[in-house]
Amino acid sequence: MAELIVISTLNGVLFGMLLFLLSSGLTVIFSMMGVLNFAHASFYMLGAFFGFQLTRWIGFWPALVIAPLLVGVVGMGVERYGLRNTHKHGHVAELLLTFGLAFAIEEIVSMIWGKSPVDYRVPAALDFPAFTVFSTNYPAYKIFMLVVSVVIFIALLVTLKRTRVGLIVQAALTHPSMVGHLGHNVGRVFMLVFGVGSGLAGLAGVIAGPSLVTQSDMAALLGPILFVVIVFGGLGSLPGAFIASLLIGLIQTFAVALNGSLASVFGPLDPSLGPSPLTDIWNVTIAQIAPILPYLLLVLVLIFRPMGLLGTRES
Amino acid sequence: MTNAPTPTLAAAKQESGGALGFYGVWVLAAVALVVLPLIFSSGGSLTSFCLIGIAIIFALSYNILLGQTGLLSFGHAVQYGLGGFLAVHVMNAVANHNWPIPLPVIPLIGGIGGMAFALLVGWVMTKRAGTVFAMISLGIGELVASSSLILRSVFGGESGITTDRTSLMPMFGWTFGPQIQVYYLIAFWVLISAIAMYALTRTPLGRICNAVRDNPERVEFIGYDPHVVRYLAYMFAGFFAGIAGGLTAINFEIANSAYLGATQSGLVLFSAFIGGTAYFFGPILGAILVTYLQLGLTSVTSVWQLYFGVIFIGIVMFAPGGIAGILMKHRPLIRAGTLGTVIPSYLVAAIPTLAFALGIILTIETVARFSGGDVINLLGIPFVATAPTTWAAAAVLVVGGFLVARITWRRVAEAWDRAATVARDRGYLA
Repeated sequence: MAELIVISTLNGVLFGMLLFLLSSGLTVIFSMMGVLNFAHASFYMLGAFFGFQLTRWIGFWPALVIAPLLVGVVGMGVERYGLRNTHKHGHVAELLLTFGLAFAIEEIVSMIWGKSPVDYRVPAALDFPAFTVFSTNYPAYKIFMLVVSVVIFIALLVTLKRTRVGLIVQAALTHPSMVGHLGHNVGRVFMLVFGVGSGLAGLAGVIAGPSLVTQSDMAALLGPILFVVIVFGGLGSLPGAFIASLLIGLIQTFAVALNGSLASVFGPLDPSLGPSPLTDIWNVTIAQIAPILPYLLLVLVLIFRPMGLLGTRES
Repeated sequence: MTNAPTPTLAAAKQESGGALGFYGVWVLAAVALVVLPLIFSSGGSLTSFCLIGIAIIFALSYNILLGQTGLLSFGHAVQYGLGGFLAVHVMNAVANHNWPIPLPVIPLIGGIGGMAFALLVGWVMTKRAGTVFAMISLGIGELVASSSLILRSVFGGESGITTDRTSLMPMFGWTFGPQIQVYYLIAFWVLISAIAMYALTRTPLGRICNAVRDNPERVEFIGYDPHVVRYLAYMFAGFFAGIAGGLTAINFEIANSAYLGATQSGLVLFSAFIGGTAYFFGPILGAILVTYLQLGLTSVTSVWQLYFGVIFIGIVMFAPGGIAGILMKHRPLIRAGTLGTVIPSYLVAAIPTLAFALGIILTIETVARFSGGDVINLLGIPFVATAPTTWAAAAVLVVGGFLVARITWRRVAEAWDRAATVARDRGYLA
């Protein structure tokens, strides 16, 4: 039990930090531009696939730098030539544009790399067990992922709190039009923020790719969870996104590791009852409902605290 | 049939011949629905008509949310799928107990299923509009789709639940075994649902829905609760989506968890938006086009979904009014008789635009077939995906087409402005 708790906590924090790499960009983009970027998880997927391809061509370490940059450039292009032109048609059109993009990117990726998972491996330099807890070898690559996410997290924090650009971004989080009135080139700030946000998502993809499965449906699997994170944390709140990322990372990891069901706690139902929704619910394990837990959480949050954990605005 | 404000002068003209034109459209639609399978009687086209009919009801029901009430839903397939599942279960129960319920009533039960679910979750969902509604509809959609795989006894797991539509009581000697009889059943429901949904837009509720879409704050000031209005709209949308789901269950004699999924929700959003959400007939056009493309493209190319995405992005960026919006934009020009001055510039712009589109198609197909080494047959010209000449041709078409098209579209805009000015002078354009 203690082993399960330690390993799951480590994995949960790791997954949470990955989620934060994505949700931080999404939150900042949403706060500044009012656009919930549906394609954000697609940038994560692009990062993973670019990382895979570049690792093949030039090795993992250059790919770790170049792939996120490439994704960032794609993101900036999307902002400059897509969103900026759609802005005049309103928020719904912008949301739908990113929705269409997410759809198209998934199709393009499966067109180029196929629908089955690609062989994106952990680099040899990091392919060893870092330490042994109880009887489980904890892979060094996961520690590397954790270190990268924490470093990015600190860098983000320092940039936001200590630099001039961070100051403008922070101001734009709460008062986007005022920032424009003060004479900043809001268009360029938007493009930059969008690029950095998608670049971070790309980085998350590059480092998560070898550890998770690199497949053309990875964006569709992660995207909705990402929305849960930022709604749960409070739309537009970075600290909220951080807490929600960790929380959902931990919840999902623990749920997957637990095998209990109502049947294992209270004993099996009388077999004469026959198959019914009750027996389904009775026999389902916590691991099986892990995929729906985030959505359950989302619905509960929207019912009881519509502004999310730390959010201030309702929509 | 418009919901957009028409200029007073044009509106006055519309009133005079209104009643005849209004009923004429529906009679014409009914006649077309009856006659269509007689003209195109092959099995393939019958199947397509059935799918298109269902898609029309589904897209129209979606537009009650997006077009009429301004609610962007990413989980509309939930009501559709649940309606389908309820229909299948009821059909099986009716067959087992020999209840005297004929098949044509079953879609109504699907509708009640969709409405019941909307009743259950709608109050919480419609508290807020905008992004929050979009998110919660996505969440509910994922929740129901994932839950359907857990509740196996109700949803049948991956394989779904099958039924037999001929096992129900025959009606007027029809067993609904042959596809043509199913077609007429679907056509009947398409007509009824379309009339009902159109009538809904004309009721005070439909009008207040539009008001909630445009300015919820003012709606509150005049004494309505936008939340209640959104809730009602959500229930009506759920009802008609359920009818579509019930018809699908009858058509395929199966309901599975794919009915509830994100793909289905995405397709209906595509249909409604590509067709145009501002006009009642928009989603009908969209449903026809999307279903037709879906059926036609699958046999031509393996990446047909990508074309959907590209068309959708194109519509969002360049014509957010959809096909209906483009068509209706020309109405004042036709009335003023100035459309003729725009058409030449359209014809000029069509050539590079077509070249650009062909270039995009060639590029996509080259990438898609690169590893397979298949030959692309475009306009009868064979292109080899691995040949550099193909790449060059694609690049020239895309880049050249884009550059020339940009110039020609600028000229279209100028011609349009001149024509619109004349139309405005003559009082046909506000």
